[in-house]
Amino acid sequence: MKIRQISVFLENRKGRLYEVCSLLGQAGINIRALTIAETESFGVLRMVVNKPDEAISLFRKHNITANLTDVVAVEVPDRPGGLAEVLKVLSDGNINVEYMYAFVEKFSEKALLVFRFDDPSGAHRVLTSAGVTVLTEKDLPNL
Amino acid sequence: MIWNEKIETMPLEDLKNLQSDRLVKLVRYVYDRCPVYRKKFEEAGVSPSDIRSIDDIAKLPFTTKLDMRDNYPYGLFSAPREEVVEIHVSSGTTGNPTLVGYTREDIKLWSEVMARALCCAGAKPDDIIQIAYGYGLFTGGLGFHYGALEMGLTIIPTSSGQTKRQLKIMQDFQPRILACTPSYCLYMAEEAKEMGLDPRKGSWRIGIFGAEPWSEAIRKEIEETWNMTATDIYGLSEIIGPGVSQECTYKEGLHLFSDVFYPEIIDPETGKHVPEGQDGELVITTLTKQAIPLIRYRTRDIVSMTTAPCRCGRTSPRTSKIKGRTDDMIVVRGINVFPSQIEHVLLGIEGTHPHYQLVIDRQAHKLDEVEIMVEVDERIFSDEIKQMRALEQKIKKEIEAVLSIGVKVKLVEPKTIQRSEGKAKRVVDKRVL
Amino acid sequence: MEIRYWNQRLETLPRHELRQLQLERLREVVGYALQTPFYKKRLPKVGISSPEDIRSLDDLKKIPFTVKDDLRQAFPKGLLAVDMEKVVRIHSSSGTTGIPTVIYYTADDLDRWTDLLARSIVATGAGPGDVFQNMMSYGLFTGGLGVHYGAERVGMAVIPVGGGNTQRQLQIMRDFRTTVLHITPSYLLHIHQRMPEFGLTPADLNLKKAWMGAEPHSENTRLKLQELFGIDIYNSYGLSEMNGPGVAFECVYKNDLHVWEDGYIIEIIDPRTGEPVEDGQEGEVVFTNLIRHALPLLRYRTRDLAFLHPDPCPCGRTARRMSRITGRTDDMLIINGVNVFPSQIEEVLMSIPEVGTNYQIHLSRHEGLDRLTVKVEIYSKLFTGDLAALEALKNKINEKLRASITINSRIELHEPGSLPAIEGKAKRVVDEREKL
Repeated sequence: MKIRQISVFLENRKGRLYEVCSLLGQAGINIRALTIAETESFGVLRMVVNKPDEAISLFRKHNITANLTDVVAVEVPDRPGGLAEVLKVLSDGNINVEYMYAFVEKFSEKALLVFRFDDPSGAHRVLTSAGVTVLTEKDLPNL
Repeated sequence: MIWNEKIETMPLEDLKNLQSDRLVKLVRYVYDRCPVYRKKFEEAGVSPSDIRSIDDIAKLPFTTKLDMRDNYPYGLFSAPREEVVEIHVSSGTTGNPTLVGYTREDIKLWSEVMARALCCAGAKPDDIIQIAYGYGLFTGGLGFHYGALEMGLTIIPTSSGQTKRQLKIMQDFQPRILACTPSYCLYMAEEAKEMGLDPRKGSWRIGIFGAEPWSEAIRKEIEETWNMTATDIYGLSEIIGPGVSQECTYKEGLHLFSDVFYPEIIDPETGKHVPEGQDGELVITTLTKQAIPLIRYRTRDIVSMTTAPCRCGRTSPRTSKIKGRTDDMIVVRGINVFPSQIEHVLLGIEGTHPHYQLVIDRQAHKLDEVEIMVEVDERIFSDEIKQMRALEQKIKKEIEAVLSIGVKVKLVEPKTIQRSEGKAKRVVDKRVL
Repeated sequence: MEIRYWNQRLETLPRHELRQLQLERLREVVGYALQTPFYKKRLPKVGISSPEDIRSLDDLKKIPFTVKDDLRQAFPKGLLAVDMEKVVRIHSSSGTTGIPTVIYYTADDLDRWTDLLARSIVATGAGPGDVFQNMMSYGLFTGGLGVHYGAERVGMAVIPVGGGNTQRQLQIMRDFRTTVLHITPSYLLHIHQRMPEFGLTPADLNLKKAWMGAEPHSENTRLKLQELFGIDIYNSYGLSEMNGPGVAFECVYKNDLHVWEDGYIIEIIDPRTGEPVEDGQEGEVVFTNLIRHALPLLRYRTRDLAFLHPDPCPCGRTARRMSRITGRTDDMLIINGVNVFPSQIEEVLMSIPEVGTNYQIHLSRHEGLDRLTVKVEIYSKLFTGDLAALEALKNKINEKLRASITINSRIELHEPGSLPAIEGKAKRVVDEREKL
């Protein structure tokens, strides 16, 4: 099951990240996982939030360039080697990772891994058949 | 030294007679050979027999950049294509470029006026000249080349760019004359210092600078930095390329070679002549060109002009430096840029009217930089950096292909470009020229 | 086949008269050579102290070879034979690295050179009425200006576009009904691949001929390009030491390149022994420039490999034909028509502190054009994890390389220890280009 990631176009200027995140905060939208990819002049903020539809309309309202991308989120035990096990499954299944980022859950002792694949369906198949827990959007508010 | 003493110091009366003779012949020539001009004359209700002296010139219609665009490529030719030996192309406002064609005689004319210009700047036949204007389609490089050849100078055709090599060449061969854009000359001084060279000990003593507007302050700076005399040259490819006018060593205005390029200064609104000394648009008639003679071509450059005699003995009228433009053209590193060209490219990439802004800046002693800010909206945004960079590169490459200069492209968030009355401000020129 | 000459007398001069002319001109240039500090020292050692000491063409063999390094050592004026006032043109390879070389020309030198180019152009059947788009770069590179002069003399309409900017090249080709191109094979291939992007096919153009040079290529490539464009393609050869282009050119028969022997004496030698090889045998090409007085070069070793055809050409020209270049005696790389030595790249890389000692020069071809990728290992102590800094480093390496080799390269950063550690710079070159 894929979940939707929100990507935001950001210029590299002071305070910009704060502005974007505080918008979400004020709207009561919770960020579950987040990463920033930067270049010399701009960055792309990628995040998984509990209410993606609300988030995207919020950004549109504020004229912030954002879009939704399908990503795959998996849960792994938060212990040494946890990530490597998942990566091995992907590598054995010949699945190419475009990018990924990780987030550690405070209470559940689980880590959340967010993957962007060029072939999300194939990746999903490989992961589930190896017994990896793949999250759905319904799981998000509970995290 | 005056290259063509007879012509360049000709008494004004004789000069006027020469101009009159040439104009009468020219009008007949284009009327007979160029259907576009014949039609223009007919529309203006003027026939060749109405033109008896140079004073009748105001009866003739103007030629504009639009005429060149609409009749691209060969419509404005008065000479048969087989007689054309060289073709140059410069940027047009959108789409079609501006074409310049030369017959063998036109190349001779170009060589002649450029030799005059070089002498006017103080060159002597045994000098070595480093030509750092771009060679190729840009008329700067080959124009100087032809003039230097005519004068018998030693030419080092370095063309533009590769600054370290330019400086190395200067050290190795000790050329006394440098031809390039004024901003590039200052830029080279910085680079020289970085290489541990003292610009004042460089070999260049005479600089012939043009292709972009520059001020007295820049002149002073160049002269002090390089220990050289900095002179201004003017020209435009539609007329011939460089070699329309040139400062002599007194540096009191640019001598316009009016026996071949007849100047008028007009009010751009009314098209009427302005009194001598007042600012107005420079209009030029090419009196002797064969391939594409132009009648009353509107340069869109604002200058003033004087016919007062100059201490150097030349009798040609002198124009001021360029004081402005009547359109939105900007000159960057010697290249003419129209905002419409950028718009055209972005339209092709994005498919809708883009929000963009050109920012032109010149850090002290650096080259002009053009940054094109393009607003990123959802249609072109991707979560993958690779894709965004590819977009950035594509915009950059296509704009560079059209402008022939390097640019920076910056993707910015929506609504960050200043707008006035809903319209984005297209050009922000931060340079102090 | 219609055969046109530019200078019929000289082009069809009987061999014995040609040899007599070569002898006279050789004496003349030896006279000039003896005015230069370089040859003044070198020639008397082999018994040549005046032009009269050259009694026959065989005496040429007494003269030691001149090599590229001699040109460097003689920089800037060691090989200058005339007063500077007589010099009207300077072409120099002055770079930021290495010792530069220089070529001087008098007005008469340029005139003679231009005449050989006019001859070359007419030999391919081009002439007045042709619209010629010159796609070789102008400036210090002799390829652009040299042919420009020749075409102008012949009376073609010259469009001096120079290299690059495919979009504009195609627009000009279409709008001005260009009939003749001067171009490198890789760029012609590239042009063809890019045409659909602009909605063009060769049928939309008016091309008739192309002169192809500055890069080695095979007969198959010529045939393929001829077919793709429906044009005639002629091989062109030259080097700035021998003035520039127009040393040898193909005629309408396209059966290898006529060496203009009244302007250049050609010898083919065994590169190891320096002894002449038999006609038809491959060897290193050695030229003596008979028409340049400002900077004479005698028996100059080009490091190009080729062979001479012993049989005459049906076109009636008596100038012998040399084969296309079959290889090099050194490790020089030709990238999109530009000559690059691996040592230049190494010198630049080693001057950048962030670059480790290991690197690889990778050549491939994309859309017909050569692509130079320089793979470097980064020096781990200077790695900060800042992506922007890595981008900046890539740009810096490219800028510095371009200042030396004049072309752009793609820079790839690699982890330390990840590139194969190989001794010797030649082995660091991985050339994956299909042969043209």
